[in-house]
Amino acid sequence: MTTAELCARLSLEPLCLAEPDRPVTGGYAGDLLSWVMGRAQSGDAWVTIMTNRNVVAVASMADVACIVLAEGVEPDADTLEAAQKQGVNLLRGESGAFALCAAIAAALAE
Amino acid sequence: MTLHYDIDGENFQTAGEASANVKKVLRQLGISTDIIRRVAIAMYEGEINMVIHANGGVADVAITPDRIEMTLEDSGNGIPDIALAMQEGYSTAPENVHELGFGAGMGLPNMKKYTDEMKIESTVGVGTKVFMAVNLK
Ligand SMILES: Nc1ncnc2c1ncn2[C@@H]1O[C@H](COP(=O)(O)OP(=O)(O)OP(=O)(O)O)[C@@H](O)[C@H]1O
Ligand SMILES: [Mg+2]
Repeated sequence: MTTAELCARLSLEPLCLAEPDRPVTGGYAGDLLSWVMGRAQSGDAWVTIMTNRNVVAVASMADVACIVLAEGVEPDADTLEAAQKQGVNLLRGESGAFALCAAIAAALAE
Repeated sequence: MTLHYDIDGENFQTAGEASANVKKVLRQLGISTDIIRRVAIAMYEGEINMVIHANGGVADVAITPDRIEMTLEDSGNGIPDIALAMQEGYSTAPENVHELGFGAGMGLPNMKKYTDEMKIESTVGVGTKVFMAVNLK
């Protein structure tokens, strides 16, 4: 499943869809950045409520497929700018992290 | 090929720029995505540590046919007990960076995990030098 497909399927808001065709192969949830870099896999959809621009750098270094902001949180202005500049997919959902992860897992299982 | 970066300790906004540049260069060189990912994470963790814990420093990256070597050097307060600092969960990060998601005490363990060689030299009151290498063969 591509990031654009996941975005449409879960009715997420594509704040920055820089790489719509990037395949999503798994998921990871977490807000502590070094845990994410240590445990998330390349190609994961990363669910978080962190909104500062460092999440974009972490997503880029960890090579995740996309960031999924949970709970409808608003990214800092420079976060969106960084995502566009660094070509990182940034999506947003209204649900909490648990519901988003469950939906991502269900979509990937099909 | 060698790359040199000055890491600004004052500016949290630019933290990560050196790592982003290294990632870009490695991509242009056609290095495999798995290697790039390991180098990028290790470098980023080291870069962020210099910004948070040492008020910045310098980073040098050497790319040879055999491996990628990263040397990060700062004139910060140093690490009194390196073995303790290497433990998962150990952190002296200030409260203001916790809000940003840093301070889990997982950075140094990640640097060790993703590299083939890692050495830390540190003197309290003088500074810290971190050497890391990722083999290409
Ligand atoms: N360059 C440095 N200069 C001085 N102290 C350092 C340096 N790098 C690491 N340390 C010390 O080692 C501790 C552990 O570092 P580590 O990167 O593992 O965790 P952290 O930076 O506190 O949190 P995280 O990396 O998970 O965001 C730090 O809290 C700090 O006390
Ligand atoms: Mg750290």
